[in-house]
Amino acid sequence: MDIIEHVGVPRYLHTDFPLGNPLGNPFDRDMQLSHTSMALELLRSASEANTIQRSPYSWDGDPGWRDDYSKVTNENRAELAQAGEARRALQTEMKKLNPRQLIPNP
Amino acid sequence: MLNIQGFETIVNKTYDVPYMERTRLYYEAQGYSEPYLWAHFATTPFSALQKPLSESTVSLITTAMPDTEQGRSERKLYSSLSTPAPKTMYTLGLSWHDTVTHTRDTGSFLPIEPLLVVQDEGGIGSLAPRFHSVPTAYSQRQTLEEDAPELLERLQEDQADVALLVPL
Repeated sequence: MDIIEHVGVPRYLHTDFPLGNPLGNPFDRDMQLSHTSMALELLRSASEANTIQRSPYSWDGDPGWRDDYSKVTNENRAELAQAGEARRALQTEMKKLNPRQLIPNP
Repeated sequence: MLNIQGFETIVNKTYDVPYMERTRLYYEAQGYSEPYLWAHFATTPFSALQKPLSESTVSLITTAMPDTEQGRSERKLYSSLSTPAPKTMYTLGLSWHDTVTHTRDTGSFLPIEPLLVVQDEGGIGSLAPRFHSVPTAYSQRQTLEEDAPELLERLQEDQADVALLVPL
């Protein structure tokens, strides 16, 4: 939500789910259809840029996912620093092989 | 009687994740000296629908790559047939929340089947015959000057009236 507000989009349906499942819970066809219908309705009804609507649905798993996302703790700090080093080394190699290769977001 | 402790627990568990702040701290912990910068509009564009949705061709855009040899090895703009809906998509390397969920159900991020249901009910004119995969990358220049214009060209070839962007 904060990224969308910063970036700016014409219309946005906010589905408050872990990243990876914007349509809702995996294998929940009814919820996926509902979210699609809500998005289409927003497309039709919005009259100005940055129109944001929230879905009433919520994740059916542990609500602790919000605390978990990209969490930096004393326990994983060294591991993250090491992963960053490894990633930069890999990127340097990739650039050498193919300067046009896109570097994805981590 | 209100259980203050319980109330606080509920409030604390249902906040909006501060993704920008988390990303900044995560990058910092990985040793990146420059903070991540998001491309953003000073003035966000807006177009009202030119015709009813029931007469519109709807195109779909995802950040997942095709699960093909090329899609798995090269992140770039791809166009794939909408039907039949792909059973798998390549999502490794994207920032989805892999410790709590999965992307084995393409329906959880690529709404082809629901759009076909809405199409059958007459809610949209049609789903465009192909959908598009866009790469997420650090390079704003790559996105703004190369990928976005190429994507617009493909949407126009598809005679799309509206586009749904569903990033992971």
